[in-house]
Amino acid sequence: MTDPTATATANQKLHFYQKGTFTVGNRLVPDTERSVQASIDRSNALTCGHRACQGCGEALGARYAMDAAMRATGGNLIAVNATGCLEVFTTPYPETSWQMPWLHSLFGNAAAVATGVAAAMQVKGRKEVRTIAQGGDGGTTDIGFGCLSGMFERNDDVLYICYDNEGYMNTGVQRSSATPPTARTATTPAMGPEPGNVFGTGKSVPKIAVAHGIPYVATATVADLHDLERKVMKAMGIHGARYIQIHVPCPLGWGSASHDTIRLARLAVECGMFPVFEAEHGIVTSSRKIRRPVPVAEYLKPQRRFAHLFKDGGDSQRLGHLQAIADRNIVEYKLLEPEEEAG
Amino acid sequence: MLKQTEGSHATAEAIALCRPEVICAYPITPQTHIVEGLGEMVRLGQLKNCEFINVESEFAALSVAIGASAAGARAYTATASQGLLFMAEAVYNASGLGLPIVMTLGNRAIGAPINIWNDHSDAMSMRDAGWLQLFAESNQDSIDLHIQAFRIAEELSVPVMVCMDGFLLTHASERVDIPEQAQVDAFLPRYEPRQVLDPGEPVSIGAMVGPDAFTEVRFLQHYKQTLALHLIPELAAEFSGRFGRNTGGLLRTYFADDAEMLVVAMGSINGTIKDTIDEMRADGFSIGLVNIVSFRPFPTEALRRLLAGRKHVVVVEKSFAVGMGGQLANNVDLALRNTPAAPQVHSVIAGLGGRSITRTSLHRVFRRAVAQPWEGAHFLDLNEDIIGKELHHVRKVRRSGPTAENLLRRLDQAAQHAAAE
Amino acid sequence: MKHPFAITLDSGSSLANLTGSWRTDRPVYVDRLPPCNHACPAGENIQAWLYHAESGDYESAWRALTQDNPMPAVMGRVCYQPCETACNRAKVDDAVGINSVERFLGDEAIKRGWRLTPPKAETGKRILVVGAGPSGLSAAYHLRRLGHTVVIYEAGPVAGGMMRFGIPKYRLPRDVLDAEIQHILDLGVELKVNSKVENIRDTMKAGGFDAAFLAVGAHIAKRANIPAGAAAKILDAVQVLRSMEGQEKPLFGRRVVVYGGGNTALDVARTAKRMGATEAIIVYRRTRERMPAHDFEVEEALEEGVMMRWLSTIKRMDEGVLTVEKMVLDDKGFPQPTGEFETLEADSLVLALGQDVDLSLLDGVPGLELKGGVAQVDTNMMTGYAGIFAGGDMVPSERTVTVGIGHGKKAARHIDAWLRGAVYAPPEKHELADFDKLNVWYYADASKTVRPTLDMARRKSTFEEVQKGLDESNALYEARRCLSCGNCFECDNCYGVCPDNAVIKLGPGNRFQFNYDYCKGCWLCEAECPCGAIKMVPETI
Repeated sequence: MTDPTATATANQKLHFYQKGTFTVGNRLVPDTERSVQASIDRSNALTCGHRACQGCGEALGARYAMDAAMRATGGNLIAVNATGCLEVFTTPYPETSWQMPWLHSLFGNAAAVATGVAAAMQVKGRKEVRTIAQGGDGGTTDIGFGCLSGMFERNDDVLYICYDNEGYMNTGVQRSSATPPTARTATTPAMGPEPGNVFGTGKSVPKIAVAHGIPYVATATVADLHDLERKVMKAMGIHGARYIQIHVPCPLGWGSASHDTIRLARLAVECGMFPVFEAEHGIVTSSRKIRRPVPVAEYLKPQRRFAHLFKDGGDSQRLGHLQAIADRNIVEYKLLEPEEEAG
Repeated sequence: MLKQTEGSHATAEAIALCRPEVICAYPITPQTHIVEGLGEMVRLGQLKNCEFINVESEFAALSVAIGASAAGARAYTATASQGLLFMAEAVYNASGLGLPIVMTLGNRAIGAPINIWNDHSDAMSMRDAGWLQLFAESNQDSIDLHIQAFRIAEELSVPVMVCMDGFLLTHASERVDIPEQAQVDAFLPRYEPRQVLDPGEPVSIGAMVGPDAFTEVRFLQHYKQTLALHLIPELAAEFSGRFGRNTGGLLRTYFADDAEMLVVAMGSINGTIKDTIDEMRADGFSIGLVNIVSFRPFPTEALRRLLAGRKHVVVVEKSFAVGMGGQLANNVDLALRNTPAAPQVHSVIAGLGGRSITRTSLHRVFRRAVAQPWEGAHFLDLNEDIIGKELHHVRKVRRSGPTAENLLRRLDQAAQHAAAE
Repeated sequence: MKHPFAITLDSGSSLANLTGSWRTDRPVYVDRLPPCNHACPAGENIQAWLYHAESGDYESAWRALTQDNPMPAVMGRVCYQPCETACNRAKVDDAVGINSVERFLGDEAIKRGWRLTPPKAETGKRILVVGAGPSGLSAAYHLRRLGHTVVIYEAGPVAGGMMRFGIPKYRLPRDVLDAEIQHILDLGVELKVNSKVENIRDTMKAGGFDAAFLAVGAHIAKRANIPAGAAAKILDAVQVLRSMEGQEKPLFGRRVVVYGGGNTALDVARTAKRMGATEAIIVYRRTRERMPAHDFEVEEALEEGVMMRWLSTIKRMDEGVLTVEKMVLDDKGFPQPTGEFETLEADSLVLALGQDVDLSLLDGVPGLELKGGVAQVDTNMMTGYAGIFAGGDMVPSERTVTVGIGHGKKAARHIDAWLRGAVYAPPEKHELADFDKLNVWYYADASKTVRPTLDMARRKSTFEEVQKGLDESNALYEARRCLSCGNCFECDNCYGVCPDNAVIKLGPGNRFQFNYDYCKGCWLCEAECPCGAIKMVPETI
């Protein structure tokens, strides 16, 4: 195998730092090419005063996604929210942080409720009004999975966004089917011979979404705003069922510093643990290449939920197993191969 | 228009006349024919401007309706039994959010043991969920109550469940009068939501409410139902004026004015009871009937006025709260609380899981209420022989197996025994 | 819309909830000192002029640059680039080619005829500047911009000092030098050539000067006591390089040995090659690592065929032959004789052993302190005699053009203050923007642009400029490689990454403001600021 660092470097196109680089804005680029978040009049669909923890990745991801969708639809947008942190920290009576029409029904039915909203807009002749459902990984990959699959299968005109923080954080950090192996949660304690969540469990809902053959599936992270916004905008340009899973680190649940939220999201991608890709009509069409390859340990170490892996000289066997998972992603999603030419 | 048709189809036609905009369909016996009928009408273009959505579960069915209703569409779905339980969380949610969804409940027993036939266990399981619950005595009632249900729901912004007995009504072919579209349109105006998801006027619906306001939210929900106690009779009267048929408002009576004994019941059993009353009155027995149309809101005041001063009240109901007794009987008891000279209330549990309720059995139990009044609930036509044997068996054998299976086996043995004799 | 109680809420009503009360640390915007600026002997605000260059506004970039240094085209050729040595980008890929961009801007100014900004008002004060080298020209420029009348007395026939007489043409073409000198003179600076100041106090008195800045340079070659036969040809480096500017070129012969390890030694050796010497050998008593000359110059010399003889001292010269003693380095790195001798064929020997200053003009000036062959000055660049300031090679310092230019600027500011009876107080220096303050993820990978060089055949035979400049596109690229260490460049990261929407964007040029009503103090803005322009400070309760 060739040196991965060299490959990654070769993968990158030479960009001037202001243009095409990774900062939110850029004073030298025309307004039309700047990110939504750089705009002085972004909608702030999720505004100040919400009660998310310091450094909340989900609060950030939700504003990124909703502002992009608001831009894409000219503000003709309705959001349906599953029960969870996002719902609780944004809408405790008597205050809401949403500056868009927003509905919360239940934990497990956001996709179906959104189907209803979209159907209502269709029948009311307001086809310009688009619908987004959103929820955490618990509300998406577990309890809401039936409704999600139904919405996919019917190809309802809904974009479902899952903010994946890899556990039930609102209820006090329990395991979900998106919790990675070895992670400590309240229901996978760091105890016994194999502390934390066990290997060989969990599921990739993005892959399952792809298997539904729906028009658009993508993963994204709060560490790559440009990619995230592009995907949300692209999704809003498509009709039918769409799914985006956004990786949003959770300082509380992961036991990480509030200032590490974006860094961890970045490392998750760079080490291969969270592959960022997109698929159309059942076929994976592109992946975001790794820029600065790092071993998984670099991603895991700043998180207390993985602290047991690094105690007493380190659990090299299980770290190796996690590295193997990342390596498999790198192969499967071609994360270290040269960038595809933009079509 | 008069026609001979199946109850489910007649109901589907009535619903179509109400111009629902979103219909969510998920199959469960015995409501299936209703949504099938609506699906056909949408396909054929007879029901226009309507999204017919085949969902993956009852939970999704009501959830889709919730979304549609919150977004300003007139939403409808139907279910029964296990389906209602599977959507239970959404049932509470729809009422908590004050969404005027109309849902048909093709009443059916709840398992285990699994049973597809009629009783009222399903409706009773959701009696406290904040929905209005109207019970149809006949298929004509089903038609008329559905039309009123949309109007009530939308005027109060509260969901309404119209209950029609599974098979006994849903699958029974009767002669019904289907109203004209213009008549229905005149009675049921366009849906004007109290709250709606609209980008032009964004609001957040479904906030988390803590101890500081939750009681008030619940009180206001209850207050809406007390308003319904007035609205339901008013609309029934208006309906009667327009359509020439009276659904009775909160309740209907039959020979109730002078009867010493009043029977209280809901749904299609009222027909059999009325026949029984005719026969008993012919025998000089002073008996009448109160047919409760609106179980939620419960017509406490109206019932008290009717029942006070009678000698006997017999509550015949197709449901049973295990460990407690009949829910309807309990509610009737409540209506009579602190009433001077309260009548004696006799609770009869009948027709569970589709068992036939015969006039013979009714004759016997009404007379027994006077002659041999009982405490608690009386199970009509209970096979005491089987119960005795099973109880003996359970006492003897520690691991006795499922009671229901044992009972079935015993019934089978008894039948073979009888055949052999 | 009158909506249902409690379950339905009005849009954006959470603005009533001031989450700023959660905060224990508050972010504040800071400006930190970029390492390039910090390292620049001329005190250039490098980052500021790169900022203009990034947007393609080269004239603004040049104007920002010339606030500190009037000679970017010269500097872009001869500076030893301490800025690039300090550049944080070197830890990412390669240092930003600051020097290349500087040269591009200087050349653009010459090409496009941009003029330096003249003073707004005249002060009526007269300042004498002695010496038209880098330091004197710089001082003259800055003093003139402050509105003073400036007269330069230059002993030589033309201005430029060591830029002309010490640096070969192939490193600094004379038309470039002349153009930038002219820029300064165009501001109204008077230049008197062939005007050696014999006695500073007399000249000041005669000319009615209120103050003087002395920058006479170091033009006297140091000699070494090398026994030599009668026919031995021994020259000195200053003399050789100076005569290159005149009509009579020096005669080296075929084999030239240069004695010394500084840049001047290399300049002489490379000059000799270009003059037709078949062999040019540098003899130096220590090793390459310990050579004071800059490595790129050594490299270029080697490329051109200059040979090196390390760990050697010259003991004697006879006609056509040198006696050389081998040396070894002791524990402390000093060369020690070994007693082993060799001979080396040489038609001429050029001594490049350093230069001394002619301090005779200071004779009889009271209070003046001379030490180690140079004039002593205080922190304000003033000598012991009030009103006489000095700089450049004639004061204790590193002897480079850039240092000289820096001295000129610094002295000008102090002279200006002194004339007003005040003391110049330099602005307080910001905290240094170290590499660890940056988040370099946000910068795209972009290697340094390599400047083109003249082909080897022509390098060995002509005095054409060896290093070429950048063109517009790669100058822009190079400018855009700047990380803007320590100073906000309005990348919108803080505005974007705040989960609490607590950063207010004030619009182009106005940067940002924290909304402390809502900032929860999560540190994300600080962590994700690419250039280290945010600092967290503890909240005081």
